[in-house]
Order: sequence, then structure tokens, then C-alpha cells
Amino acid sequence: MCDLTHNFIELIRLTSTDLPPDVEQALTEARDRESPGSAAKSAMDTILQNVAMARKNSTPICQDTGTPIFYVQHPEGWSTQALREQIWTAVAEATTRTYLRPNAVNAISGVNSGNNLGDDAFPTIHFEEVKGDELIVDLMLKGGGCENVGVQYSLPERRLGAGRDMEGVRKVVLDAVHQAQGMGCAPGVLGVAIGGDRGSSYYGSKEALFRKMDEPNPDPQLATLEERLTEEANQLGIGPMGFGGETTLLGVKIKGMHRLPASFFVSVSYMCWAHRRRRMIVRGSEILYL
Amino acid sequence: MYNLSVPISDEDILQLKVGDSVSLSGVIITGRDTVHKWMFDTFIKKTRQPEADDLEIYQAIKPLLNAGALYHCGPVVAGLETGDYRFVAAGPTTSIREEPYQSDIMHHFNLKAVIGKGGMGPETLAACHQVPGAYLHAIGGAASLIAQTVQRVIDVHKLEFGVPEAMWVIEVKDLPLVVTMDAHNNSIHAEVKTRSMVELEKLFAL
Repeated sequence: MCDLTHNFIELIRLTSTDLPPDVEQALTEARDRESPGSAAKSAMDTILQNVAMARKNSTPICQDTGTPIFYVQHPEGWSTQALREQIWTAVAEATTRTYLRPNAVNAISGVNSGNNLGDDAFPTIHFEEVKGDELIVDLMLKGGGCENVGVQYSLPERRLGAGRDMEGVRKVVLDAVHQAQGMGCAPGVLGVAIGGDRGSSYYGSKEALFRKMDEPNPDPQLATLEERLTEEANQLGIGPMGFGGETTLLGVKIKGMHRLPASFFVSVSYMCWAHRRRRMIVRGSEILYL
Repeated sequence: MYNLSVPISDEDILQLKVGDSVSLSGVIITGRDTVHKWMFDTFIKKTRQPEADDLEIYQAIKPLLNAGALYHCGPVVAGLETGDYRFVAAGPTTSIREEPYQSDIMHHFNLKAVIGKGGMGPETLAACHQVPGAYLHAIGGAASLIAQTVQRVIDVHKLEFGVPEAMWVIEVKDLPLVVTMDAHNNSIHAEVKTRSMVELEKLFAL
């Protein structure tokens, strides 16, 4: 097994400084929908200028480089311990190179570790053994502003009149968008998990965010719900940065899960417009960054 | 477009209306969660005794905050090893977390401009009217672009709070902002929230 530390550093650099093309495309389309001269249009112009500048200068798109979340799919025989150590080294080095802000704060002592290394969950690394001979590493950087507006509902939700059906799901998701207003850095993308337990449901809502903007849900029922929720969320008129405007959400990504008979959780993870996710594929001696 | 420079006068503030674009220049200070709690507990509510260099820092920041601007920002900073600091990425953080402290801090320091994102609540809006002051919204996530407006890092206080939470004294030139809460009791955030609630109720009634 080769040492991939340098490749992990490159994956982090790319993720932090260069927005995926599908997200940038969605932002450009959102800019074009806002009325000329509006604060919303001006905000979208600034956002797109910033994306171009970050790419050119190799500097973070957003200063909140969030919790680095790695999903590693590895073939049989790879050492997850070795991969974990290489990722840790890469995260610390990427912090020194200012691709990442030192973000790991000990919640008990209040001390910032200074290098983004905290505990087993910081950075977050999920390992999964898969068939085939490719190593696939997905990285997402999700900042605190949008993480804070994430919310989990337990249906039925009386306040909203939301029952245990897809109509109930629709109501709580729209409520989440309304509660978030511009605070999660609108226009964002919602990752929604329906089902699961409290832990797996939130995990599923983040996993859903790895699906590309232009990639519809494979389940036709959920694909329809995703489209409807995006359209209805945009009718709320919250707009970029909460200034009011046409685009409140760039999209919704839903993951259907299994639940206990007693539980019906709907978990909403809000991803800010700076939807930083990248993939690295190791195929023999070839290494691809997507 | 208004060009504002620090120190900011009452006349400057009173002419601002929600929706106006502002270009801000001068020396400002960053401060977020830990700083707000530290200021509030140590110098306003006085529930904790000043320790170590607290009083010295208080004296240093007082004249800067008087008729000045506080920026809710946790930057990415280069040059930590050498002390030759440079801002690499410096967008705003979500301001609403400072709502419990902001009004008192504005009054205490005669703070004229609070810079952040996402807007603040009724107490800060009341303080904007009384001090008078304004809430100036920076574009969330526009970190590389905003860092370009930082001409130099003049000083840093409380670096032991961590890089994002320290008080960075910086000189900015033409920092692009939008007035979203003014001194005349107007808040774009309150308006949008009310308007979007009406839309939400319509969607629920379908």
C-alpha cells in the first residue's frame, strides 16, 4: 500500500479552494434568475467572483472550512489504520498551508488544538470495504453556520400539523428552510434523511449531499418530492443571504431509510452555497481528482 | 453606495437605510463567540474578575471600538509561526449567536457598526436605534474576496482563544457591505422572516 498523504493534501486543497463545477453552474443559474440591481443579484455576483478568486489564488472559498468529513471506500486488504494516519497527517499539514482553518475546539477545556486534529470524530472518517480494486475517497467540508441550522424532526409534529406521511415530511422540510432564513448562507442545498434512528438519520442526511446537483434521485417518488420541495422553498422568497429573492435553495437531496415502528425521524442537513465536496480515486498507479 | 470610514460619526449612521451598499475603510476589530462572552462577563456584567492581560487589552480595544466597527469573523491567517500575519480568508460568521450580548456591547463601547451575516434580533435593532448604530451585512462565504480588502494586520489580542476566536485588529479598504438593519428600526431580516411566514402558511394550506 502506497503512502497517499500528499494526495490527501491535494484533495483537501481542491475541496477548500475550488467549488465543484455542478455547484458553480447552479450558482450561475441562480444569479441569472435574480432581478438586475437587487441586493440578491449583487450577493450572487460577489459569491461567483469569490469562487473564481479562491480558485485562482488557491485560498479557501470560505474561512469556515468546517469539519473535514471523509468517506473512504476501500478494496479488501487496505489498512484503515494506515489510511487514517495519512489523513490525519494531511489534515494537519493542510492547516499549516492555510487550506484549512484550525477548527477543532475541545468542548470541555475550550482549547483549539491548532491543527484540526481533535478526536475520533474530528476529522470525521467513515470507512467501508467495497468490491473491486479502486480506492474512492470523498471529502466534504461543512461549516458551522450551516451545520447550526440543521434540524431533526420527530413525526408526528403537532406544531406544524405534520403527520407520518410524505405530506408531513414536506411540511417539516419547508419549516426547516423557513427557520434557517439566510443564516445557513443561502442559497443552500438540503440533505434530507427520512427514517433511521437519531444518529443514522443525521448521517444519512449528510450522505445525501454527495449526490451531484444535476443528478436526480433514482427513486421516482423521491425525485418528484425533491423537485417540489426546491420549487416551494423558493416560493418563500428568502433569497440569497436572506436578502429576499428568487433562489432560497439550489436543490434538495433525499435519502430514504428504514425506521423503527415507534420512530419517524426526518433529518435536515443544510449545506451552504459553498458546497465543498470532492472525490479522489486511486486506480493502481493512477490518481484522479473529481 | 456610501463610503464610510472609521471612526464613524452619528451623521454617517443616520443617513444609512436598509438596502444601501456601503464600502468601509479603516481600522476594525474581529470578535465572535468567545470575545463577546469575555467582554460581557468581564467588563459589562462583571461576573468574572479580570485576569492576566484582560485590563490591558480592554484599554487597548476601547479607543478602537469607540465609534468603531466590530466584525463577526473567524479568519484563516497565514504567518502564525513568524508573527508576520496575513489574512487568507475572512468572511463573516453567523451573527445571531451574539444576540444575548450585542446590545450591551454596543452601548458600552459606543460601537457604531456591527458586521456579520444572517442578521440579528430585536435587542440589537433597538441598540442600533439608541446608540445609534447599524448592522452591516457582509456576503457569507465570500472569504477570499473579503481577505483582499484587508490591507494589513495591525495586532492580535487573545490569540489563546484560538485563531478563529482571537481579536484581530485589521485595516480594511473598501470592504463591501449591505445595510440590513439601520438606526431607524428597520430590519431586512425581520421583514423577510414575516413575508416568508405568510408564504409558508399558504403552502401549508395547499
